[in-house]
Amino acid sequence: MSSSIEERVKKIVAEQLGVKEEEVKNEASFVEDLGADSLDTVELVMALEEEFETEIPDEEAEKITTVQLAINYINENLA
Amino acid sequence: MSLEGKVALVTGASRGIGAAIADTLAASGAIVVGTATSASGADAISARMQEKGLKGEGMALNVTDAESVAGVLAAIQEKYGAVQILVNNAGITKDNLLMRMSEDEWFDVINTNLSAIYRLSKACLRGMMKARWGRIVNISSIVGQMGNAGQTNYSATKAGVMGFSRSLAKEVGSRNITVNSVAPGFIDTDMTKVLPEEQKKAMFDNIPLGRFGQPEEIAGVVKFLCSADGGYVTGETIHVNGGLYMC
Repeated sequence: MSSSIEERVKKIVAEQLGVKEEEVKNEASFVEDLGADSLDTVELVMALEEEFETEIPDEEAEKITTVQLAINYINENLA
Repeated sequence: MSLEGKVALVTGASRGIGAAIADTLAASGAIVVGTATSASGADAISARMQEKGLKGEGMALNVTDAESVAGVLAAIQEKYGAVQILVNNAGITKDNLLMRMSEDEWFDVINTNLSAIYRLSKACLRGMMKARWGRIVNISSIVGQMGNAGQTNYSATKAGVMGFSRSLAKEVGSRNITVNSVAPGFIDTDMTKVLPEEQKKAMFDNIPLGRFGQPEEIAGVVKFLCSADGGYVTGETIHVNGGLYMC
């Protein structure tokens, strides 16, 4: 895979939440900045799990509230 | 056919209402996996469906065991794809007066009739959310609404099913997934065959239609909720009881 984890995470966030990739800043909160509702965030985690072929436990998933936290989680758990 | 190619999972499909639901959905074109608690029960479902020329099969499932649920869903996913229609029908009774009811009688019924719905719905939702289409039909009971002496455990689960369905309907409605309950009255099945004659007679007097219902009359309502015709119905409890109880 040529693209970086950061790029892959941002692409999925943009797809799932229906926003433009340039709006997906690292510090953006899914709910407050990108307009996600709680169910959207559940689906976003599902999409991340599929992209990175991993399972994110519910208690961890709840903590992933921003783009950067998602990138961090993937880096820490898949690197 | 209205359910052509849809993958449906029906729990408790060996006999009675569950068997009728499984066969009716399959006759409408769905690929149906019907579950039974034992391997021999599952084989009997496969044989029945094959004999009737229906698509699908039986699988053994213990709805109170999370691992068993995961195993069956993985098997369905591999063979047929994600479950699009889930009918939570499996249920048991362990009747007793509350003052004599043991913890086991209470929790066995709660686990099978109510906790299983949590487990199975949760497991099937992922695929439904991705597909932006899903149908969950939970089989409740008139007893959940009216109450019945000797069935505090059973009626608590059946009332619980209605509340569960309404809440989940609100959670996932935006993903085009409907969640409804069907509450049968007295249906001619093994579960009601054990009722004393006297009690049956007293019941007929209170049923405007003057008879017990047939399992197919429940299955028809479930089929409606799963079809495109039922697409705008969600969070609802449909009572099918010959008029014994009218909301």
